This record gives sequence, structure tokens and C-alpha cells, in this order.
Amino acid sequence: MSGMRGRDDSWLDDEAGPVVRPYALTHGRTRPAGALLDVIAMIIAVRGVQADLTDLEPEHLRLLRLCALPTSVADLAVDLDLPLGVVQILLGDLRERSLITVHQPVPPANLPGADILREVVDGLRRL
Amino acid sequence: MVYAGSDETGVPVSIKILVAGGFGVGKTTLVGSVSEIRPLRTEEALTEPGRRVDVLIGVERKGTTTVALDFGRITIRDNLVVYLFGTPGQERFWFMWDDLARGALGAVVLADTRRLAGCFPAVDYFEKHHVPFVVAVNCFEGAREYEPKAITSALDLDPLVPVVLCDARQRSSGRDVLVALVEHALAILRRNPQPPPAPAT
Repeated sequence: MSGMRGRDDSWLDDEAGPVVRPYALTHGRTRPAGALLDVIAMIIAVRGVQADLTDLEPEHLRLLRLCALPTSVADLAVDLDLPLGVVQILLGDLRERSLITVHQPVPPANLPGADILREVVDGLRRL
Repeated sequence: MVYAGSDETGVPVSIKILVAGGFGVGKTTLVGSVSEIRPLRTEEALTEPGRRVDVLIGVERKGTTTVALDFGRITIRDNLVVYLFGTPGQERFWFMWDDLARGALGAVVLADTRRLAGCFPAVDYFEKHHVPFVVAVNCFEGAREYEPKAITSALDLDPLVPVVLCDARQRSSGRDVLVALVEHALAILRRNPQPPPAPAT
């Protein structure tokens, strides 16, 4: 697929200096395909996809397994022990291939009613 | 209307709160006292155009810089989770704050009265970006105690911004700081009920 390989590899030459490993995993890309995923966006793997996954990295496949249930981007980065930026890029790849659905967080002003924030206050008080 | 993340979709509603402040002011301690803390790494590429170029001085060959965030989560109930992000206070990390602050319910600015200037950048940032915040004065042993009013005046804060004294080591104290913040954010939302423009997805 386009975007996975080739496009941004041109700077990975002898002049580029040392390349830090995490971004080698993304083939040098430092921003995801498409809009940036919020750190608390909820990611869910799409079930029952019949797709050729052979060109994906093992980390892509681990991500798919980890988000079988809704999981935040930040939690996925911790679970995978990879930097946030790298995980955002890998998730961008999965989104491009429609292997995950992304639920961006609702802005606080658009939360359905103020009740949720009242619930948060009550929940925090119980800590 | 079905909102992304609402109960109707079965996807948890996630709420983001930032914890900011100067170096060594107790951000990690606060996040750790109220939540299960997990180390979240960011690996910020310095090669990308448009980044603040001053951070490159002396590290031209480094490529990326590692920044650790304190990441905590508090499960309020099934499908309602509060995420805390302790963010490095230095101005040179502001590029990272932009991503974190977008859509945040609010922020806690931790302050140490012995080094009050350490929290100026955070206060400036949240004022400028209209992120609701409270100032929590971490009462270190040996530090003189100040009245919240004196802090409001020293930081030239809007009088509506809550200033609370806390002990970041104490769960109950950290909890009270978060409650003060969410109450404050709620009050602001009630005063300005019109929603901001929807973010790009």
C-alpha cells in the first residue's frame, strides 16, 4: 500500500545520521496518515475483516489484538512499550486500511449533558 | 444525535486532565497518589519541519528526544474514564502540550511557593488557550505557607481561578484538587454553554 513504504524513505540514507529505532518501525514517518489521533481516542479493532495482513509489521498485529476491546491510544502505547508518536503512526496505518475504528473524544462542551461531569465529580469524591 | 464515545455506542467516554508545573514540583507524585500511574514515552522527532528549532542546538544528530509523561487513569464507572497526563513544564515542550491540551477538560497547575516562577509558563499557556485550570500549591515541608489570595495576586490570576493548597503525596488531597478542577470546568461550561467548533477528526 502507498504510505507504508517508499514515500518517506528517501532521507534514510548515509547522510541522515543515526536513526533512532522507534521511527525505523514507521519507516521514518513522524506523522500519521490522516488526522492525528488524540491520546485518549478510543480504538477498536474491526471484527471479521478478511484482509491480507502479510505486509503489516508485528507491532501492527499486536495493536490489532490489544484493541479487540475499546482501548485508548495512550494505553496502547504503554501496553506496547512504544513511544506515543510511533503508536499514533501505526494506528494511522490501520485506520487507512479500515482495520480499526477510531472514536475521537467528545469535547467537554459537547458531552451529552452536564450529568457526566457531575458523575465525574461524585466518582472522584469516592477516591 | 449519537455522539462518538457516548454510552449508546458502548465505547467508553474518556476525559482528559493535564497536570502541569515546573520541574520537581510534584507532578509525578500527584498523578501517582490518585491513580494507577504508568510511564508513557513519547519520542519526539526533531527532524520534522516546523518544530521549534531551538531544541536542536547541540543535539543536531540526535534525531529524536525522549520525553516521559506521567500517565494515570481513574475509572469512574464502566465506560467513564478520566485520564491524567503529567506534562513536562519547560516551555520547550510546548509543541507537545498542543496535542495534549486539545479537548482537555482542564488542567492542574502545580506550584511550589519557593519557586513560584516555575509555574508561570503553564499559567500563561492555559490562559492563552482557554483551558480551565486550577492552581494547586504543593505544600512542601519547610516552605512558608501562603494564603491562596496571596498566590492569586502573585500569579496575577483571574480571581475566579481556584487556588487550593495541597499535599501531592496524599490521595485525599490530590482528589480534592481534581474535584476543584472539575467543579471549576463545570462552572465555566455553564457560563458559556455554546459548544466550541467541533475538532477535526
